[in-house]
Amino acid sequence: MKMISDPIYYSLCLILVAIILFGIYLMSKVKTARLGNMLSAFATFIAVILTIIHYNVFSNNQVVIIIIVTLLIGSLIGAFLSIKVKMIQMPELVALLNGFGGLSSALVGIATLMTIPKNDYFNVITSILAIVIGTVTLTGSLVASGKLAKLILGKSIMYKGQASINVLSNLLIAGLAVLIVVRQFDLSLLIILLTLISGLFGVNFTIKVGGADMPITISLLNSLSGVAGSIAGMAIGDPLLVAVGGIVGSSGLVLTQIMCKAMNRHLFDILLGKTSVTKKESVEKVEEINEEDEREEKDDLKLLVNQARDIIIVPGYGMALSQAQHLVKELTVKFEEKGANVRFAIHPVAGRMPGHMNILLAEVDIDYDKLYEMDSINDDFKDCDLAIVIGANDVLNPAARDAQDTPIYGMPILNVDEAKHIIICNYDLNPGYSGVDNPLYKRKYGLTLLLGDAKDSLKTLINQFE
Amino acid sequence: MQPYLLIIIFVLSTIIGYFLINNVPSLLHTPLMSGMNALSGITILGALTVTAALLRDINPLASSLLGGVAIVGATINVVGGFMVTDRMLGMFKKGTVNEDD
Repeated sequence: MKMISDPIYYSLCLILVAIILFGIYLMSKVKTARLGNMLSAFATFIAVILTIIHYNVFSNNQVVIIIIVTLLIGSLIGAFLSIKVKMIQMPELVALLNGFGGLSSALVGIATLMTIPKNDYFNVITSILAIVIGTVTLTGSLVASGKLAKLILGKSIMYKGQASINVLSNLLIAGLAVLIVVRQFDLSLLIILLTLISGLFGVNFTIKVGGADMPITISLLNSLSGVAGSIAGMAIGDPLLVAVGGIVGSSGLVLTQIMCKAMNRHLFDILLGKTSVTKKESVEKVEEINEEDEREEKDDLKLLVNQARDIIIVPGYGMALSQAQHLVKELTVKFEEKGANVRFAIHPVAGRMPGHMNILLAEVDIDYDKLYEMDSINDDFKDCDLAIVIGANDVLNPAARDAQDTPIYGMPILNVDEAKHIIICNYDLNPGYSGVDNPLYKRKYGLTLLLGDAKDSLKTLINQFE
Repeated sequence: MQPYLLIIIFVLSTIIGYFLINNVPSLLHTPLMSGMNALSGITILGALTVTAALLRDINPLASSLLGGVAIVGATINVVGGFMVTDRMLGMFKKGTVNEDD
């Protein structure tokens, strides 16, 4: 017994899908992004109500209570997380939220499998797929989130036989799926095994990914959770869920591709963990030389900072780590008081998430028209007076241009090395996530290294103003 | 709904999704990803219907647990996702309104 007739329900679904599509479209433009997000949220809310009415979900009091209570709990936790989170923790929060979505899709798969007739092969197979993809999304996102939050070692973790274990787990998943379809052995036991092995596979494949490739992995997992939802929708026969899940799945994949392109990387290589090489010895000698003429450099620095007219600031993950964005704003203001022009060069994958830097700089009210994408500012480095690097390394490592045997070879970089003078405010001179030494640190002229916490280095810079 | 119809819907929606996003400024990559992430919590629709189905068919305690966790998970994803995206986008508004993007 349905409260809304099918034709009306399908028409309403179509309208909601159109609203969501329009919302996503609006989100790809700065001016309309917020409206787009609200539209999508609104459509999702209506979709929930429509689903409750159409499927007559509130069939008895017990269901009503459980659903209301769980919706409330989920909303409260979600709202709490989103209000409490600091802007620098954004990447790990998005990864974590994504994991919850995966969890839900997997559970929908499990629940469907337990309630449908066993000869309903389409639904059985889609349920199994929902369980597998949902669980991989869950554990993969948890590992990604843990790595970003530094609960797990951020570097790529690889061990012998990792590939064989992946192949083995895929075979096991396929085997279990067949057993579930033909209904051998106990269903609950099979579902538990399927979930466990899928979960292990998710961990095993995300743990290989190193820090710099994390953004792409999160984006991919995001796309995957859309697919999981869509397939869960097939399992329960809900067209709205299938459509929205599909849209999220494929547009998420496009976003992933855009990011891969920005890094000149292939998705496949990232999944195989090809970034990480064994870390080379760090460049300690440069530091010694640096200390010798510290005195002299201090004076130079004062002159440099006060006379620079055209400055390009290159922020990186180090700025996020040390939460130095407020001081960056302060520095910018100081420069501008002197009549200098300050611009920001944002590498597409600076930070741990695309757009990560933009968020942090927006947080401290730096106008977004001062933020330039790599292609539009790269030719200006050679003409600027001063380039200031704040906690960035791989995105400006000239080794990417010519060192063929390194993992970053071919990645487009910011032409910081063309600047007349560079101030580098990095924590140390160790290689970045890619593990490749940065030859820029050894430059003989026009280079000031301010090592240590970016906050302290920035304070040093700010104190140079007269 | 017929399986073949669902598959057609899936294929169509993925094709539309594929062409939807193009040349997004990197400024918006994080909010867009985050918004998309919120939308992937649409699986809440599935969570709602299976919870109802479970409670009709299978023992109440197990069903409430299974369905309940599914609903909580999806709701966290949806509510947290949309709110955090809005928070991020809200910060962009403060910048001077510059007409070229």
